[in-house]
Amino acid sequence: MRKKEKYIVVTFSSTTKAMEMEKKCKNKNIPGRLIPVPESIAAGCGMCWCTKLEQKEILEQFLKEENLSIQNLKECFI
Amino acid sequence: MIYMDNAATSMKKPKEVIDAVVSAMQNFGNAGRGVTEASLDAARVIYDTREKLADFFHAEDPTRIAFTMNSTESLNIAIKGLFGAGDHVITTVLEHNSVLRPLYECQEEGVELSILGCDERGTISYEEMEALIRENTKAIVCTHGSNVTGNLLDLNRIGKLAKKHGILFLVDASQTAGVFPIDVQKMNIDVLCFTGHKSLLGPQGTGGMYVREGICIRPLLSGGSGIDSFNKHHPIQMPGSLEAGTLNGHGIAGLGAAISYIEQIGIEKIQEKELGFMRKFYNEISKIPEVKVYGDFATTIRCPIVSFNIGNLDSAKISDELSVRYEIATRAGAHCAPLLHNALGTQRQGAVRFSFSHYNTEEEVNAAICAIKEIVEEYTL
Repeated sequence: MRKKEKYIVVTFSSTTKAMEMEKKCKNKNIPGRLIPVPESIAAGCGMCWCTKLEQKEILEQFLKEENLSIQNLKECFI
Repeated sequence: MIYMDNAATSMKKPKEVIDAVVSAMQNFGNAGRGVTEASLDAARVIYDTREKLADFFHAEDPTRIAFTMNSTESLNIAIKGLFGAGDHVITTVLEHNSVLRPLYECQEEGVELSILGCDERGTISYEEMEALIRENTKAIVCTHGSNVTGNLLDLNRIGKLAKKHGILFLVDASQTAGVFPIDVQKMNIDVLCFTGHKSLLGPQGTGGMYVREGICIRPLLSGGSGIDSFNKHHPIQMPGSLEAGTLNGHGIAGLGAAISYIEQIGIEKIQEKELGFMRKFYNEISKIPEVKVYGDFATTIRCPIVSFNIGNLDSAKISDELSVRYEIATRAGAHCAPLLHNALGTQRQGAVRFSFSHYNTEEEVNAAICAIKEIVEEYTL
């Protein structure tokens, strides 16, 4: 099992929103990936997008610029 | 075979569409169920197709596009999910049974229905349409183009009418999506229902609907959503609210490739070619005294459809003759539009329908004209 690390996790109300996030992140070279929602996080959609903690500022700026509709942004050990 | 039954389904599909379906069938997991690469491969292609359709129809954003299996499903979802007892709905005699039958079912539940008539060419009066609007009118539901005559309705005009009176505007774009540009925002369309397998050139079993932001449709189906599993009710967010169960990911991959193909060729070029074939065929066969063509051909912009009869010959007999002797595929009979056949007086005879694709050729159109001339000669002997 991989060792747990702290990540920033973004959740969504629908799969479509999660897919939009992944596509826009790829286009703007924001590192991260879609994963199943961890049990410690409640979310509408069964998938969430995560990235390493050090990307937090870049991510927050990106979400603002792209006007992405997310459900929540949390830090958690994955 | 010369295929001229494209209003039923476009038989010839772009190679890109076939390749996309094959690739999807080799690689796709279930989109939105689990987060593996196989599942994400499917979800990505489905999202891309949603995005392409949103751009194609000028929707606000991709979440406003829900996938269905065809126009019939989209129309059932919209009509049964929006209207209730006491609502008044306006439609036209031009409609296909996929509009009429769900509306008749609503009528049995207490929805009031007004059906706008047409003249002998199958055209409607917009003034008469406006005159039908009353206090409890909830919506106008109509086709963009008749599958029998090929005539278009003026969506800009009806959209303005609906907006002026604060009522919903639902459009059946079965015959037009892919050949005529549709801008749901400019045309004030609230719900657009389309199929993937006709002029959009996608696989059968694909289709969808645009639903304007702020409009909530009661789902026809509920079940697996991939989200919010512990909720007793199906989620209300678009597009999942109208997409219970596993999507046709393989077909949707093909539909996405089809949209790219249309955009690459250019919708104007496709339209020009198809309307050119339609006009040439019409010009030649309408000269024959025994041939009676239905619809308004004074207008240049119309669906690439020519429906006609030869004297009092059974349309089924002509279509069969074309198929067996000339290997030309057409459709005969009632075309699932009973009220229009009543208005045109063709309820018994039906009509032979030729419908063209940009894949047809001048030679094929010439062969079709020659075949009709021969059949007429034999008929008059």
